[in-house]
Amino acid sequence: MAKAEDRALAPNASLNDDIGEEGRLRMYRMQVEIREAEQRAFDLFLQNLVKGTSHLSLGQEAVAAGCAAAMKPGDLSFCTYRGHAHTLARGVPIEKVLGELMQRDNGLMRGKGGSMHLTSVEHGVMGSYAIIGAHLPIACGAAWRAQYKGQKDVSVCFFGDGTTNIGAFHEALNFAVVWKLPVIFVCENNLYMEYTPIGDVTAVPNPAADRAAAYGLPRIVIDGNDADIVYRTAAAAYEKARAGGGPSLIECLTYRYSGHSRADPAKYRPEGELEKWKERDPIKIYRERLKQFGVSEDIIAGIELYAKRRVDEATEKCKAAAPPALDILTTDVYADGGFAWRN
Amino acid sequence: MAELTYREAVARGIAQEMARDPDVVFLGEDIGKAGGVFKATVGLYEQFGPLRVRDTPISEQAILGAAMGAAMTGLKPIAEIMFSDFFAVCFDYIANEFAKSRYMSNGQVKCPLVVRTGNGAGSRFGAQHSQSVENWCMMIPGLKVVAPSSPRDVIGLLAAAVRDPDPVIFLEHKSLYPIKGDVPDGEIVDRLGTASIVRPGKDATILALALMVPRAIAAADRLKSEHGIDCEVIDVRSLVPLDTPTILGSVARTHRLFTVEENPRLCGWGAEIVSIVADEAFYELDGAAVRITTPHIPLPAADILEDLALPSVERIVDRVKRAMES
Repeated sequence: MAKAEDRALAPNASLNDDIGEEGRLRMYRMQVEIREAEQRAFDLFLQNLVKGTSHLSLGQEAVAAGCAAAMKPGDLSFCTYRGHAHTLARGVPIEKVLGELMQRDNGLMRGKGGSMHLTSVEHGVMGSYAIIGAHLPIACGAAWRAQYKGQKDVSVCFFGDGTTNIGAFHEALNFAVVWKLPVIFVCENNLYMEYTPIGDVTAVPNPAADRAAAYGLPRIVIDGNDADIVYRTAAAAYEKARAGGGPSLIECLTYRYSGHSRADPAKYRPEGELEKWKERDPIKIYRERLKQFGVSEDIIAGIELYAKRRVDEATEKCKAAAPPALDILTTDVYADGGFAWRN
Repeated sequence: MAELTYREAVARGIAQEMARDPDVVFLGEDIGKAGGVFKATVGLYEQFGPLRVRDTPISEQAILGAAMGAAMTGLKPIAEIMFSDFFAVCFDYIANEFAKSRYMSNGQVKCPLVVRTGNGAGSRFGAQHSQSVENWCMMIPGLKVVAPSSPRDVIGLLAAAVRDPDPVIFLEHKSLYPIKGDVPDGEIVDRLGTASIVRPGKDATILALALMVPRAIAAADRLKSEHGIDCEVIDVRSLVPLDTPTILGSVARTHRLFTVEENPRLCGWGAEIVSIVADEAFYELDGAAVRITTPHIPLPAADILEDLALPSVERIVDRVKRAMES
């Protein structure tokens, strides 16, 4: 059997124009904005303006863009602690995300959640979950609500390859299939759980897709660095779920350029592996795709410049923003707005 | 007025809320067609159907995760975890997820859900099916924790829990399921955070919860008739929110405090209450506060050993009498 990374490098781009120019430009804009924002987050960390921890998706932007672009308003995203990309892809303002990373009052949760818990209910981002696997059953519950109420939204749950070895993954898959829930499980296989290669600690070569058969689901492994492929696969899965066809499990082969978290220099990678994956950088692939479809260099450069400017503006706003107001320390523990545990 | 068992009260309480609000749904292991392993949910599947009363696989994480996802998107789920000991296999949801999501999201995420569970000893099930875990739950910011001792309170507090906008841990005591009590007709809705003075008295205050309430009352009767000590027994009912005015008010009248706890000794719920009384009513006390608890041991299966471990009527009488005489 071919290694996972070899399959990801197989040429499978398509010139089928089912996505259309508007959709394609939108996905390019998303990927470039996510890349710019995350690189900025890393720079701000080096300046000690981003504190705590952060987990970047540099190199994995096509999964976020493809999956989000295929969603409809009202669809729900459940993300992991590596959730900046998925949050931005749903249209959450860059300033709100950077503000949260920089622990400012203008942050998405005013500094109460931090990088690992980005949440924006109004955008359908139902949370970023930092305990591996926890959000798969939670996404099932949101999908159960849609099924029970006859609502047509889908719940899309993103997670890494490492998640496939925790119990909640298996409980959720079984549960979703038995209840035929409109939930889509998207595994971003970036080849490393944290520091350890996923292949060293997993019984099967494809950690998600090779488990699908155990739950009666089709085996789906795709090139996660090609946003068009991600988009088409996601759209088909959403459509099936909306039609009452139940859940899907999609394994996207991709690669993270940075370490697991800001503390990890990723010294464990074999020499040349990063460079090999950068040849198939999702933004590079998509730039070429746009050109193949006749989009001018001016338009492409304009998108890139605009993304950079938006990130610059957001950065300046966040730098000027106040730290969180101290009186929020004890708010919103309970529904009455406070933290009183006694009468 | 009708006489119901505690287990029948569970089913009536759930039915009352499901009939009132179509957003109330119920999930758990063997709760539907089988009527629950403790027969506390008999009839609900037949009354409300398979879409609202859903049998699940043995997947405690999936049960609580699904309840949370449903709650945060608009339903009001009641989830059953068969034995409270099993909280240990799904504690992530209890401790990390639905307790904290409102705070972490700065108020965006709401989780109005109830986790019902069979709690407590007396069934000779041994160390992994007998624990009282209310103290595991009350220490977690964001949760409310309730433990009824009578059929009437089961219905009233369950209704209050379902209608509460916060996640509520609802601890049913397994050894109370067969007990009977009078229950008024019609809708019953209680208020969380209210203790109940179940036996007024003037000489000492005894705080108890769940199975320990009937034991404290029996002990108080004997202390009065045999030793002339008139004890006030308070059913704490709700650990979070805690009804401190009722507790402090009683201590201010009796000047003595005893707690009767099924928790193992360390960090049992009574320790927190004794600390509050020490902080806020120290000069009201005429003697040291006394905690009557299970020792710091896993629970044994054998009946004579389990009976020895739990606070008994005899032990309560003895400890109160000795303390009052010293």
